[in-house]
Amino acid sequence: MTPGNTSSNSAIAEYLRQQEEKPLLRFMTCGSVDDGKSTLIGRLLHDTKLIFEDQLAALKKDSRRHGTAGDDMDYALLVDGLEAEREQGITIDVAYRFFATDKRKFIVADTPGHEEYTHNMATGASTANLAVVLLDAQQGARTQTRRHSFIASLLGIRHVILAINKMDLIGFDQTRFRSIAGEYRAFAEELGFRTIDIIPISARHGDNVAAPSQNMRWYEGPSLLSALETVAPEDNGVSQVFRFPVQYVSRPNAEFRGLAGQIAGGEVARGDVVMSAKSGEVTTIKRIVTADGDADLAGKGQAVTLVLDGELDISRGDMLASPENPPHVADQFQAHVIWFGTDPLMPGRGYILRTETDVCLTSITDLRHSIDINTFVRQAARSLARNEIGVCNFSTQTPIAFDAYKDNRSTGNFILVDRSSNLTVGAGMIDFPLRRSRNVRWQALAVTKKSRSALMNQRPCVIWFTGLSASGKSTIANSLETQLHAMGHHTILLDGDNLRHGLNRDLGFTNADRVENIRRTAEVARLMTDAGLIVIVSFISPFSSERQFAREIMAEGEFIEVFVDTPIKECIRRDPKGLYKRALAGEIENFTGIDSAYEIPQNPELSLDTMLADPETLAKRVVDFLAAR
Amino acid sequence: MVHLTHLQSLEAEAIHIFREVAATFANPAMLYSVGKDSSVMLHLAMKAFYPARLPFPLLHVDTTWKFKSMIAFRDRIAEEYDVDLIVHTNRQGLADGIDPFTHGADYYTHVMKTEALRQALDLHGFDAAFGGARRDEEKSRAKERIFSFRDEKHGWDPKNQRPEMWKTYTTRVAPKQSMRVFPLSNWTEADIWLYILKEAIPIVPLYLAAKRPVVEKDGMLIMVDDNRLPLRPDQVARQERVRFRTLGCYPLTAAMRSGASTIEEVVAETLASRTSERHGRIIDRDENASMERKKKEGYF
Repeated sequence: MTPGNTSSNSAIAEYLRQQEEKPLLRFMTCGSVDDGKSTLIGRLLHDTKLIFEDQLAALKKDSRRHGTAGDDMDYALLVDGLEAEREQGITIDVAYRFFATDKRKFIVADTPGHEEYTHNMATGASTANLAVVLLDAQQGARTQTRRHSFIASLLGIRHVILAINKMDLIGFDQTRFRSIAGEYRAFAEELGFRTIDIIPISARHGDNVAAPSQNMRWYEGPSLLSALETVAPEDNGVSQVFRFPVQYVSRPNAEFRGLAGQIAGGEVARGDVVMSAKSGEVTTIKRIVTADGDADLAGKGQAVTLVLDGELDISRGDMLASPENPPHVADQFQAHVIWFGTDPLMPGRGYILRTETDVCLTSITDLRHSIDINTFVRQAARSLARNEIGVCNFSTQTPIAFDAYKDNRSTGNFILVDRSSNLTVGAGMIDFPLRRSRNVRWQALAVTKKSRSALMNQRPCVIWFTGLSASGKSTIANSLETQLHAMGHHTILLDGDNLRHGLNRDLGFTNADRVENIRRTAEVARLMTDAGLIVIVSFISPFSSERQFAREIMAEGEFIEVFVDTPIKECIRRDPKGLYKRALAGEIENFTGIDSAYEIPQNPELSLDTMLADPETLAKRVVDFLAAR
Repeated sequence: MVHLTHLQSLEAEAIHIFREVAATFANPAMLYSVGKDSSVMLHLAMKAFYPARLPFPLLHVDTTWKFKSMIAFRDRIAEEYDVDLIVHTNRQGLADGIDPFTHGADYYTHVMKTEALRQALDLHGFDAAFGGARRDEEKSRAKERIFSFRDEKHGWDPKNQRPEMWKTYTTRVAPKQSMRVFPLSNWTEADIWLYILKEAIPIVPLYLAAKRPVVEKDGMLIMVDDNRLPLRPDQVARQERVRFRTLGCYPLTAAMRSGASTIEEVVAETLASRTSERHGRIIDRDENASMERKKKEGYF
């Protein structure tokens, strides 16, 4: 670490050159509160000689006053820098620490473990390329281990080191180590990490931290520090394609017009053909300007100023890219969102969306589902509370240029800002664009819905039956159609099971698929009302947000929600297809009423109690309702 | 593939931050303290906007107790770099005769630095101010965001910082609110020196060892920069070979004995050092968590 006793200037120069040439690795540490995170960081700083004498003296004093480590140094006090943190003995916010070895320079984001500070953990994870997940060998993987691994994965971290700590307290037991390691690998499988190193350590005594442990000769892998020195720090995402978010237009005089920014992917050379993502215009790179002189080539991470051939109307928020492989430009897309706001995320509400350089108004058109960060299970949701994660469809007021977050962490991210408080209320990772309305114009038709239904001499509508499986929806719907048909009406019956044989055959029973199932059905029902038909829909449709969606896309007064009200006990008793039996035996997952929720309609147009009347009578009530309109 | 060294990564990060502020704030300024970190910050800002001039002024809060050679250096740099320089002093504090001796380092710092800074920011209506603070300096700084929000009274609320994701910075503030922006957040003291060396950045000569008149006060070596420093009758300044690791107000800044008279030697000595940089700052030792408290009040 030190230049030694050499006095020759050339030796100093050589040493300095080595210091200068080191690459940088940013990583985060996470894990449960008592797993020894701060001790580990203290140990890393100590073993790489980064704790200064006066800091050590202050720490000794602090340890006596606030410490929780008895007579030992409480390294947590070195890291927990805020008064409130020292008083409460917890980590609230992310702290950044710095150390270096002969091979690399490191920036560590030490992140808080408590669930209520998930937003601060996400802050640390967003700039990290590797996560050190710490766990206590005595405890094994805990909820926080899973949660932190999930958030790390969500934010695009592809390299994980699982440090199994306190090995000294379990007698350096290899069998226990292997069982924890196996367990972790099993659940981390779905998180998409590229590398997972698992290292048995004792942060307190230094085993396998900076040097191989004498106590665990059975472990043949690298020490933690040596793993940190060798893991490939870059390659996050497939970011080899040229991307240049335009940050600032430099125009000091009439002769010079440069576009300043930091290259977010790939490389650019003088003479390269590039495209403005937003306008599609193509030009060539005339100069790559830096204060150290013009460059022939510049790559990812460099902050340069590009001068283009010819005057193109390009401003901040646009993106220069390779024309063969341009980014998406769209005003609708799907994204994963972490919510930070104290007020919950609200679909339909307007937020300010900020990418690295662009800004516009946005709203969430569809909250598809939330994800339980402790179990990774998707669930239907109508809003997201602070620290919750969900998948949303966004609609922006103007199109933005972006990539999928998995392909490029710089051009695939955004934050959401509250319009009145200016607080950062959420962070998003874009999945893909929705090409719904792009380049599609509404075609005016000569024959209208009105003229079609006039010919049929009826008023089109959608009668939407919702209720539990085996509640009697299909039987009543059948009876209704029979009665309407006999009266000379033009009808169609859309049955949930029947549509799953065709249009919806690709969908399963996850919440996301259920949402899509209903969306498609609602769109088909709308088309059929355009044809002038009376549409009868018989779907479990468990979530009110999707029924609300269906209601909103129909014309006013044309959506009639009919709740087929049968107690779950009665449905289980009836069970004509034997589905409840199988669901209760655990053979079917996500079965409504068993392990998936049914949200009872709050204000249906009709509510039919099947315990009080037979299906024909109930169907007749619907006919009467239609006649009375 | 273009691979960046850690210094190149840090440089690019800082340049990105400068441009981001210039693109999104109406009236930014750079706090220029004349120290080595300010020298690096200014150098990076010049790089960020090359070939244009700096699109914002430098603001120096002059307590009137700075080393004489700092002031000379400041004026020379402002001219050479062709930048706009605003110098602000708390006139009221000056009229009240606030000095570091009779009123104590803490109160003096509050009036002549923190209050003076708030006055200057209000007077010019700056909505963003760059500072050269680094996270490795002190543990409350280690917690601070790069874009650090300040309320109408310039206060910092460490428990409720805005999340800072990626380098997608939050730049919106309401009227009277502002942002402190720290482009050197992720630099260490060693990085600063390596970069000064690599880029041949001019710094105040006080950073290099030379014979200077010093006296011992409370176990620290204080340079006698003028005749305002109160000395005991038996106290005489003696010439010692010293340099400074940080620079501030001369009565509050301790010198260290050193033979390092070139930047190379300073870097070598810094990398081998066993005490932290702020060890030489008297105001930081007044009480535990003093930095956090000062920052809550509006100090940089």
